[in-house]
Amino acid sequence: MVAAAMPDLQAAVDDFVIKLKRRQVEGSLATAKSTVLLLRQVVSHQRIPSSGPASSLIDAVKSVGSRLIAANSMELAVGNMVRRVLHIIREEEATIVAAQVGVTPVSDSDDDADVDGVPGLSAVALAAANRTALRAPSLHNLLESLPTSAGANVEPVPESDTKSRSSDKNSKSWKLKHGVIDAIGLLLGEIENYHSEISEQALEHIHQNEVILTLGRSRSLLHFFREAKKKRSFQVFVAEGAPRYQGHKFAKELAAMELQTTVITDSAVFALISRVNMVIVGAHAVMANGGIVAPVGMHMVALAARRHAVPFVVLTGLHKLCPLYPHNPSVVLNELKSPSQVLDFGEMSDCLDGTDGSPVHVVNPMFDYVPPELISLFITDSGGHNPSYVYRLVAEIYSPEDH
Amino acid sequence: MRAQPTLSVSEWKFQRSTTTKVAFFSRNFWDDRKCFPGPENDARQRKLKDRTSKAERRALQESQRAAKEAARASGNQTFFMPGMWEAGTNPYGSNEKKGVDKKPVDKSGEKDKKKEVVVPEKDKRKDAPAPRLQFDDEQKVAKARRRAIVEQTTETKHRVELFRHLPQFVPPTQLQALEEKYLQNDTMHIHPAVGLKYLTWDIVGGNARCVAMLEAFKEMIRDYTTPPQKVMSRDLTAKINSHVSFLSTCRPLSISMGNAIRSFKLKIGKLRDTLTEAEAKSSLVSHLETFAQEKIILADKEIVKHAVTKIIDGDVVLTHGFSCVVEMVLSHAHSIGKKFRVVVVDSRPRLEGRILLRSLLAQGLKCTYTHINAVTYIMQEVTKVFLGAASILANGTVYSRVGTAAAAMVAHGYRVPVMICCETYKFHERVQLDSICSNELGDPDALVGVAGRKEFRELVGWDESEHLRLLNLTYDATPADYVSMIITEHGMVPPTSVPVILREYRKEPIL
Repeated sequence: MVAAAMPDLQAAVDDFVIKLKRRQVEGSLATAKSTVLLLRQVVSHQRIPSSGPASSLIDAVKSVGSRLIAANSMELAVGNMVRRVLHIIREEEATIVAAQVGVTPVSDSDDDADVDGVPGLSAVALAAANRTALRAPSLHNLLESLPTSAGANVEPVPESDTKSRSSDKNSKSWKLKHGVIDAIGLLLGEIENYHSEISEQALEHIHQNEVILTLGRSRSLLHFFREAKKKRSFQVFVAEGAPRYQGHKFAKELAAMELQTTVITDSAVFALISRVNMVIVGAHAVMANGGIVAPVGMHMVALAARRHAVPFVVLTGLHKLCPLYPHNPSVVLNELKSPSQVLDFGEMSDCLDGTDGSPVHVVNPMFDYVPPELISLFITDSGGHNPSYVYRLVAEIYSPEDH
Repeated sequence: MRAQPTLSVSEWKFQRSTTTKVAFFSRNFWDDRKCFPGPENDARQRKLKDRTSKAERRALQESQRAAKEAARASGNQTFFMPGMWEAGTNPYGSNEKKGVDKKPVDKSGEKDKKKEVVVPEKDKRKDAPAPRLQFDDEQKVAKARRRAIVEQTTETKHRVELFRHLPQFVPPTQLQALEEKYLQNDTMHIHPAVGLKYLTWDIVGGNARCVAMLEAFKEMIRDYTTPPQKVMSRDLTAKINSHVSFLSTCRPLSISMGNAIRSFKLKIGKLRDTLTEAEAKSSLVSHLETFAQEKIILADKEIVKHAVTKIIDGDVVLTHGFSCVVEMVLSHAHSIGKKFRVVVVDSRPRLEGRILLRSLLAQGLKCTYTHINAVTYIMQEVTKVFLGAASILANGTVYSRVGTAAAAMVAHGYRVPVMICCETYKFHERVQLDSICSNELGDPDALVGVAGRKEFRELVGWDESEHLRLLNLTYDATPADYVSMIITEHGMVPPTSVPVILREYRKEPIL
């Protein structure tokens, strides 16, 4: 359906897919923003038929989304945003249904009599209203929601007046579409501003004369420290985070903020962590069980932190929250990068082949999975949470049908 | 095929430059290694003080006075008071104090004072000679002050506060002036090259450094003649002390070196006065030979014999960095036909694993190479971990290259057995709980660039920022509970048996 629509849109989608494949767009924030903007375009260009507006939107978004997700499976933020938009669509639609149910209680019983196909509509509509009101997936809602959304589009419209019905339907579609677009705008705002939300909590966690350890680089952490620096003085050990060495850049940024920073190698993390008060890191993605996907080396830091009973705190925005559960995460949720980042080909070229044709196997994974039991706290834009609470956050912002 | 540990000391390559009469040492598979043993001066010195009897200390003092006389008489200055080294000052003993021999040279890290003379908190009795020496001689004081200035610039500026108690890394360029001063003194004609090689990290690795030092001592003994009116043992001890001070100025001594020196000095002290000079010299030379042979070479053979029994077909063996013993073990296991593969884990900034990788590949072993960050990723397929050590302390803590503790921790988390291969001469009575109390600081500038990748220039000019520091640790302490087994020449023991070995097999320390 999308393909038949605007060719400009198609070009935009293709362009983004190519960028993802070539890793020209990287990082959860950038990909999330681009995804959301693209999906907003998709929604606004989508022609909404009067029957089943929500499902058409959903299909459109799903088809684009699946292409985007397939382009780079490690950029979980893309999939997250697609699911968020789908959830938004479903919610908007449920809101509209509930509003209409509330507005026309009489037509309820009319519909019951008139419409064929969906028995017990009032109960179903009530469930939809419930869902909107409580925002809690109960078994009842889960079982009824899909037929509800399909049926509710059509049903609660008084049949007596076809003209008013069609106009109602049109206005309903219009309302849905624009509701969705507004909500996507809110989502975009949330993504762009999560830094400030997180930084507001900085003073609660960082105290005077603390020693903090981190690995690699994280933008939210930079804002976090900047906020804390205003009132507290502390020092930071930055582990360089081979083989990308983002820690170097981060240390320079922190030193520019006049924060006492020391750069250490990753191998020295265990040696120093006994003198560290807290480990604060950023994550690439947060899985539904509370584990995180983080730059390689983080698992080692987390193990060292647990050994020395140092709290391991993860800063994350809700856009990084992924409704997937990690099975065999080191393989499935990982990407192996070029060996030249680890082993200098030029210097070692004479022996890389090995004898008997068994060449050296150089391993350079990009990510590490840190299980939830090693994480003490998540600091998100909706406050601080335990890893065990993450599933609840997932339930709030995603719909189970989209997982 | 890689040479097995059957070489005797004399078979090692030994080059002598005719012009400067310096001897330096390189052994086939120890070229180009980079490991940093840690500074053990403090413990060694402390032990010396405890162990030497009162008579010996008096002898030392006499020798100090005699040397002072000689110095004054000949107009020759030495910066090192004999016995200063021995004096039992405790450079690394307490938290605050660091590396102070009473000479005003480096290791005054914790003192921000400008004055050259550092008075340690320890034995005041032994302190006494030093200040007098300082201000006796005009030239000496001037030189000391100059030297202090050299030290000052590096000490306070880019120091990581947590490591104030350790001697800061002094870059080789700053020690050039010092070398010249040492070289002027002709009793030092052997050592400068060895010291300089240590300084430039050419000789690296506990065993290599120890053997090199022993070879240099042998040369020195052979060329030594007792000055008139001097007792050989005392004078020789004095000379040894000065040489050792020079070595430690270049780079803090490793535990292996410290133990070897201790045993050698004890031997000197035990020389009977009835021996002629030639006999005494040959006995000392043979002691050195025996030490290297028994404690290092033969011990390595034994360790290899024990360790290969632990490698079975189908094993995936992980090792970190470069340990010569572990390399021998893997080579030998491969040569007797075991089918296994090796995972080499490397860490910055030394990247010593590459050397091991190269040598293993040359022998046809299947290798996997990765960085320490990916050790959790790779540990899933590993069945055994073999690690080397710079030393094992009395509480079972393994003192080894930085990064070893991380590898052992991850292995422990994945229930993979961790085996440490270490000769007993490296064991030490000291105890240590973490890697901060005692360590060695390496060159911070080594962190700036990344080998082979020119695009990382973020940290260039790091010293301009007052808030940015770089820390390059050399060693770390692996807790005993991560270690499954320690393979020594006396057999395979659990970490809890280390003090037992120290007590039983070292009744006379290192003899």
